[in-house]
Amino acid sequence: MTEVKTAPTDSRLNRAAGSTASYVDERTSIGAFTKFIARKIFPDHWSFMLGEIALYSFVVLLLSGVILTAFFVPSMDIVEYEGEFAQLKGLEMSRAFESTVHMSFEVPGGLLMRQIHHWAALIFTASIVTHMARIFFTGAFRKPRELNWLVGFTLMILSLAAGFTGYSLPDDVLSGNGLRIIDGVIKSIPLAGSYISYGLFGGEFPGEALIPRMFTAHILLIPALILGLIALHLFLVFLHKHTQYPGGGRTDKNVVGLPLFPVYMAKAGGFFFVVFGVIALLAAVFQINPVWNYGPYDPSPVSAGTQPDWYMLFIDGALRIMPGNFEYVIGGFTLSLNVLIPAVVLPGLFFGVLALYPWIEAWATGDRGEKHVLDRPRNAPTRTALGVALITFYVVLVLEGSNDIVASLFSLSINDLTLMFRITVIVLPILAFIIAKRLAMGLQRKDRELVLHGHETGRIVRFDNGEYIEVHEPLTEQERWVRVSYDALKPRELAPELNDRGVRRKGYRWDRFKAAWSRFYFEDRVEPVTPAELKAAEEHHAHELESGKKAAPEDPAIHP
Amino acid sequence: MRTVALKRHHRAAPLILMFALLAGLTMAASFARSEPAQATVASEDAIQEGQKLFAANCATCHGLSAQGQDGVAPTLVGVGAAAVDFQVGTGRMPMQASGPQAIAKDVQFNDKQIAQLAAYVASLGPGPSVPDAEAVDAALGDPANGMQLFRTNCSMCHGSVGGGGALSQGKYAPALWATTPTHIYEAMLVGPQSMPVFNDANMTPEDKRDIIAFLEEQRDGAPGGLSLGTIGPVAEGLWAWLLGMGLIVGFTVWIGVRSS
Repeated sequence: MTEVKTAPTDSRLNRAAGSTASYVDERTSIGAFTKFIARKIFPDHWSFMLGEIALYSFVVLLLSGVILTAFFVPSMDIVEYEGEFAQLKGLEMSRAFESTVHMSFEVPGGLLMRQIHHWAALIFTASIVTHMARIFFTGAFRKPRELNWLVGFTLMILSLAAGFTGYSLPDDVLSGNGLRIIDGVIKSIPLAGSYISYGLFGGEFPGEALIPRMFTAHILLIPALILGLIALHLFLVFLHKHTQYPGGGRTDKNVVGLPLFPVYMAKAGGFFFVVFGVIALLAAVFQINPVWNYGPYDPSPVSAGTQPDWYMLFIDGALRIMPGNFEYVIGGFTLSLNVLIPAVVLPGLFFGVLALYPWIEAWATGDRGEKHVLDRPRNAPTRTALGVALITFYVVLVLEGSNDIVASLFSLSINDLTLMFRITVIVLPILAFIIAKRLAMGLQRKDRELVLHGHETGRIVRFDNGEYIEVHEPLTEQERWVRVSYDALKPRELAPELNDRGVRRKGYRWDRFKAAWSRFYFEDRVEPVTPAELKAAEEHHAHELESGKKAAPEDPAIHP
Repeated sequence: MRTVALKRHHRAAPLILMFALLAGLTMAASFARSEPAQATVASEDAIQEGQKLFAANCATCHGLSAQGQDGVAPTLVGVGAAAVDFQVGTGRMPMQASGPQAIAKDVQFNDKQIAQLAAYVASLGPGPSVPDAEAVDAALGDPANGMQLFRTNCSMCHGSVGGGGALSQGKYAPALWATTPTHIYEAMLVGPQSMPVFNDANMTPEDKRDIIAFLEEQRDGAPGGLSLGTIGPVAEGLWAWLLGMGLIVGFTVWIGVRSS
């Protein structure tokens, strides 16, 4: 299709490359596509690379996972340990555990691969959460990207599933206890719980079916879904074009940045190795999940410091924080609200709100326009405050999930700590909401101040009449653009309840709810500086300086 | 003259002196440690000396005849020499202040004084005595059996490999890596503070030695790198966020510095 242009230097290599390219292109027409991709414009900002961390750590997970698959035996058959590790000699264990210990101690590089895989999993989940927080706080989920937010949310849930199934595969005491908790959580679901548990474990816990089943999910089902959704996620990024931070000349109708090739290709390629390098560094220096310490799974022992990996810790925390006296027996059936509420209802609500957030916010804004310019977090104070409150809530649950570690580290009473977290889990998010909202609005006022009066220069000038002023330097065009180009949305107007014939109109209640929700979001707001205000301020400054100049015309220090 | 003066102020001199001092101290300490274990049958002199020490240091709480006081301190009749050797030898007694549990602080008495105190308390009534060197020799134990026993009996409080953990109301199970084999054995024998008693009927002396052998194995360093306190996934998650994400996000900022 496209003709290969003559290479700048007609070397042998260039000729070979050119003819290979045209061979492929003549059979696939891929040239046009490559050109389209290579010229795609992307705006530049460090925070746009957070999603890349997730992508690259996933590649590391695939690479190291393939090697682990070669040595792991997903079987719950019992064998006697005869390997090199003295502390386990002669112990009975499942093949899954035995093969994990074998690959750790007897396969060259096996332990490093296991540690790379596990650290990469922690970084994978952490980077997804960080990326999600960036999307949230900058409003990148608004129209037209709501569906892509949902795809990303599903990827986050899948990463938790991938992490949890992988963590449980070695069949050690630590992960076995985690599975036992999951089993209990499933059984707390009224009516269906015990049937789901029996189906999942193939009988009474732990059964002999779980490890092979989780293995299939961990190496086949979940990675395939993640791969497919990553493709969709990135396709939608290309389709929507990337969002950009506010700045001179950037609007909802353009993208200001550099083409993908060559700069971003080089940066992204290099960044892959940075991510891989940091993961390899962690894996080489720090031990992770030493299953030989925990020993093969046995339902009786539970050691101190039994916790899941960090991404499941908040559910553990919710279970620990819940008072234990909400268990009822009704007609011979047990209803364990003390497990159901913290481990099923609460995560359900938490994830539900996260998944639906783009629509929840849209109820308040009522805005149907496409948004390609990001919000600075301060310019959406209520959203920012909601995000901070949600994170605070999450962190309190994580701390409660580690309460025994926190207690022994700081010599505190674990009982007092739990009592304190029971209070703070409610109080702190509310406080965090108020503080974050006030901080955001304070920053907005600071922006107004800067736009109207300019930067302080620290130069104090005294006029002949004895008046002192500090000389302010006006903002550059770019600086001003960033600070004034946002919409301070107003609460939605509520149409009257009765129509002109005195009949109550359809959908009034829903509208009333949306109006109330909108007031919650936009009642307090700081308006951006209007051109009229800016002009007035400039005239005022000019006048001030003018009068000063009249008083001291020869003073060289005064410049507007 | 000048060269001699220079030599007298050699740059490395303070360092060498420090090393010499350290070496001297270490040797002194090792000699002090390697005193032969006290004979189990205590002399009358030792008991008398022990009684004096007891009256001066312990009687305020435990009473002049070690009978104890309600709500303050337990009776010591029948606790045996092992309990005294553990409590005083690890610095838990004399207790500095009342709290959820006695803290292991610097040891207040020398080995001879501890033996005298133990002899006095042992003379009050029959109780477990201090184990001999063979009973606590890790080389004679089976670490694999020790691991199984540790997992079923100890790890719920002391952690999977003895890193310690929290108990209720501010009490805690300490880390066991710095504890001497003798003290570990005595703790199992007498069950200090919140710890249950593992007497010879429910855990044989051989089993106790196997546990010591398992714990000794933990001192050689962990396979796979730094163990992060062996407190499990919380520490791993913390490092993944602080160091892993910290480094990577640092890199993104660095790469993104030349923003368009």
